[in-house]
Amino acid sequence: MKPPPFDYHAPRDLGSALSALAEAGTDGKVLAGGQSLIPMLNMRLAAPGHLIDINRLAGLDTVTAGPDGVRVGALARHSRVERSAEVAAAQPLLRQALRQVAHPVIRNRGTVVGSLVHADPAAELPAVLALLGGSVRLARAGERERDVAAGEFFTGPLESAAEPGDLAVSAFFPASPPRSGTAFRELARRHGDYALAGVAAVVSLGEAGEVVRARVACIGVGAVPIVVDVTSAGRPGDWAAAARAVQDRVEPEDDIHATAGYRRHLVGVLAERALGEAAREAADA
Amino acid sequence: MTTRMFGEPVLRREDPRLLTGQGRYLDDLGPRALAAAFVRSPHASARIRDIDVSGALDVEGLVAVYTWEDLPEQVGAPLPLLIPHPALTHGRTAYPLARDLVRHVGEPVVMVVARDRYLAEDACALIRVDYEVLKPVVGVEEAAHGGLLVHADVPGNAGAHLVQEVPSAAGLGAGEAIGRAPHELSFRLDIERSASMPLEGRGVYARWDADDRSLRVYSSTQTSTSVRMAIAARLGLPLPSVEVIAPDVGGGFGVKIVHPWPEEVLVPWAAILLGQEVKWTEDRREHFISAAHERGQVHFVRVGFDDEGRVLGLDVTILHDHGAYTPYGIIVPIITATQLLGPYRIGAYRVEFTSIYTNTVQVTPYRGAGRPQAVFCMERTMDHIAAHLGLDRTAVRAANLIQPDEFPYDQGLIFQDGRPLIYDSGDYPESLRMIKELIGWDGFPAVRAAAEAQGRRLGIGIGCYVEGTGVGPYEGGHVQVTSDGRVHVSTGLTSQGQGHETAFAQIAAAELGVPLERISVVTGDTRRFGYAVGTFASRAAVMSGNAIALACRKVRAKALRIAADALEADPGDLEISEGVVRVAGSPGASIPLATVATLANPLRYAFDEQAARATQFAATPAMDRPPVAEGEEPGLEGRDYYSPIRSTFASGMHAAIVETDPETAEIKILRYAVVHDCGKLINPMIVEGQIHGGVAQGVGGALYERMVYDSHGQLLNASFMDFLMPYATEIPHVETAHLETPSPLNPLGIKGAGEAGVIPVSAVIASAIEDAEGIVIDRMPISPSDLFHLRATR
Ligand SMILES: Cc1cc2nc3c(=O)[nH]c(=O)nc-3n(C[C@H](O)[C@H](O)[C@H](O)COP(=O)(O)OP(=O)(O)OC[C@H]3O[C@@H](n4cnc5c(N)ncnc54)[C@H](O)[C@@H]3O)c2cc1C
Repeated sequence: MKPPPFDYHAPRDLGSALSALAEAGTDGKVLAGGQSLIPMLNMRLAAPGHLIDINRLAGLDTVTAGPDGVRVGALARHSRVERSAEVAAAQPLLRQALRQVAHPVIRNRGTVVGSLVHADPAAELPAVLALLGGSVRLARAGERERDVAAGEFFTGPLESAAEPGDLAVSAFFPASPPRSGTAFRELARRHGDYALAGVAAVVSLGEAGEVVRARVACIGVGAVPIVVDVTSAGRPGDWAAAARAVQDRVEPEDDIHATAGYRRHLVGVLAERALGEAAREAADA
Repeated sequence: MTTRMFGEPVLRREDPRLLTGQGRYLDDLGPRALAAAFVRSPHASARIRDIDVSGALDVEGLVAVYTWEDLPEQVGAPLPLLIPHPALTHGRTAYPLARDLVRHVGEPVVMVVARDRYLAEDACALIRVDYEVLKPVVGVEEAAHGGLLVHADVPGNAGAHLVQEVPSAAGLGAGEAIGRAPHELSFRLDIERSASMPLEGRGVYARWDADDRSLRVYSSTQTSTSVRMAIAARLGLPLPSVEVIAPDVGGGFGVKIVHPWPEEVLVPWAAILLGQEVKWTEDRREHFISAAHERGQVHFVRVGFDDEGRVLGLDVTILHDHGAYTPYGIIVPIITATQLLGPYRIGAYRVEFTSIYTNTVQVTPYRGAGRPQAVFCMERTMDHIAAHLGLDRTAVRAANLIQPDEFPYDQGLIFQDGRPLIYDSGDYPESLRMIKELIGWDGFPAVRAAAEAQGRRLGIGIGCYVEGTGVGPYEGGHVQVTSDGRVHVSTGLTSQGQGHETAFAQIAAAELGVPLERISVVTGDTRRFGYAVGTFASRAAVMSGNAIALACRKVRAKALRIAADALEADPGDLEISEGVVRVAGSPGASIPLATVATLANPLRYAFDEQAARATQFAATPAMDRPPVAEGEEPGLEGRDYYSPIRSTFASGMHAAIVETDPETAEIKILRYAVVHDCGKLINPMIVEGQIHGGVAQGVGGALYERMVYDSHGQLLNASFMDFLMPYATEIPHVETAHLETPSPLNPLGIKGAGEAGVIPVSAVIASAIEDAEGIVIDRMPISPSDLFHLRATR
């Protein structure tokens, strides 16, 4: 469990980071919090020739929360975003999700943006970005920065639109409209493990308390977060039909921890619970 | 002083060191040693056609590459079969490096030595082994059919077959007793594989001293003395030229009693050959695929009983999955077979096991060692009987318990030490009363009803066990008081974090009347104590604890003799406290143990003031006898051994309340209670810590851990990401109560406590889930996904 040889780069500014990445091409990897990449290196599941450590880059650790939403820089750690009162006020789903990401020590190192690029199908944050319709900002040597919408960003299990040579510099999580509520429900075998299945929900209510918009994003039951709009099936106080609609859309698989059948069942239960909780929160908002 | 003796919850003295990063574990040693790494088989069954190491030769920093062909005869011979048994007719062990066949994924094939572990692994990755892949034997039932063989010369893959029978008082065999019983049930019970999984893996570090031709080996082992003998024999070295030291060891739980591991032979051999220090530190994946597993067994139970639920006959047939090799003999299934009866008086008993080879990692004892399976059988049986008769589960148990006046109670079986299985003491009815009270058994229906009203589903379960502890053959202790008044205790068995430094010091403090602070304890260092067996089978406190007590008594008697001389008093009038010998009742007349130690060693040379007092012109010697009196030896020290006639039997009962989520099928332990009897307690806090850790491992085995092999013999979850060892967050608070029935077998009246906590947990949790769900639970572990599917079959 020692990594194969690689060249280590520790650039101090964005420009040199991007040129190092450009030079390395497909043989390069960005090292952020290292909580996913280092184990993969040690198990020799990844063998990049060049590691570009971005931890010394200035200006990438900013987190700005405003009425539109939250922009998270590439070096903002999970724990910082989780604990920020401004973030929680602007988009409470981030904190609700982050509390279920791994353990405190891992959240102290792991980054929100790294988690998005890593694109684990059971990870929470990709679902949050997908559900909220957020985006990831990519930088590349000699090109203008570009924003990729969540819908296009997650392309497969452990695959994202960030290509070799790209550095994800930040991600944007939009705020929800007024009278909205959010919730994140999941079931993991042990505290802090990747979930067997999980559901993030946003519900927006109208003046009369009617459901204006209800959407969920499911994790652990497909190659990428599966977003389902259940506005038409949802009624405040009764989300059973909506949960069934969600169950029909997911594509779970068997693995050593749970069967596909159980995961499908679980997604229904979690969707009903998450939607109910989000709706209650929306009613209180 | 009175607060620092035997029986007190003294804080563990090793904790400040271990908890602040001051521990010295194997990999903390020898930072400049060369590193070894191994190419291991990626196949469960294959023939090695060719090994091409040429690719590795370009790796800068490579020092050596060895295959089986390179090993001298004694080094390359198959590893020893440690515990032969007449029933183990087809015992098989591995070669240190595979010779021509590999029989499980992870078997070592090539050893690489390089400047560091990174380079060694780079070199490993460049070595090409050409395998002819064979179809593996996976799954114990599949293997028992014997269509495919793990070892060509072991028909039916059956390594061992053993039957033990105990007729009823009326002379009936089990079959007949069951046939004549008013009620009969039969069922199958399964327990899956898990493993000891210490947080520190195995590791070996060897230093050859070419000047005085001696070898020092550090190993993360549970038995340094036996590793030493094995290494000396294999490498052809005189025993006195080999030292083996177990440094701080980050957990063993059974797997590190196996020895010598291939690496324990190969690393010292390479160190001598290369004339350089060599170290191998196991990584986690290696531990998963090349150390040892346990627990996997299938049990077929047939039981006959009367209207009160009394068992009249019990017949159990066991298929034991032994993995690819049997280095530790058939200890695990023997323990299952013989400890199955627990605290019960059973009419007639017949047990039969077959030990089956499969192309998987070998099976050797893991904390509990066959008992979790045994207790699962017996306790599930008790619950089945209760369900069949509509009786309370504790009533059925009460009807079968051995009564306090029946000790010593002979179960009529031969135990794992080859000696009769006779329970020495216990009070099982009191234990049952206590556990019912602790968990609130009789009040539970109301608790359940209240929960039900809120849509919650609760169940309660119970499990009882008896554990043979402190198996022989012996352990020893050496106690030396030096002229600075310090007491140096050593014993040969090893420590893996159990708190021996504290518990053994408490024994010495109590025996010698010396403050704890002045006592130091060394374990597992053959330089200090060469004769020992090892740490396993909940034996350290019983064996070394008693040996140290006996050694202390020798020292004490000698101290009193010398002090009596000096004080011109009768030894019978002397007492020792706070490290000072006094004449009882006359406060002025006293002499510190330090001085006694000085006087015990008559000197010619004064190297300091204290020593000067023992030199030849300092005192007025008795001219009519030699300076060292006849029958005495110089020095205030003593050595003694404890060798028990047979094992001593600890016992306990656990109960739990679990909640199952009606929708998600999540399983949560709301309460967990333990009543535990390990005889006299040396340190109740340490015992509780052992119980907590044991219960934690038991919860792992009940709800989380399994070894998932696919049909190709690949272990699919060989990492902590997918092998779900529970975190602290998964472990409930453990409520404990102690019962103390001293053992009549040993001077201290103690019994072992190390494994106890783990033993009944699967049985207890199964009982509670069954109670909550109304679904028969006949295999463990159980996950939410499993429970979901079981519900669908209801
Ligand atoms: C025990 C454990 C449990 C965990 N449990 C969970 C969990 O429950 N839920 C969960 O979501 N996660 C979990 N994680 C993963 C954790 O959240 C990681 O931190 C996260 O997935 C990756 O973030 P990182 O900063 O550590 O990225 P790294 O490990 O540094 O990188 C991961 C990948 O992303 C790429 N990358 C990272 N940052 C950038 C960037 N700015 N631009 C381009 N590429 C980049 C890297 O090249 C690499 O391929 C767990 C991790 C561990 C060790």
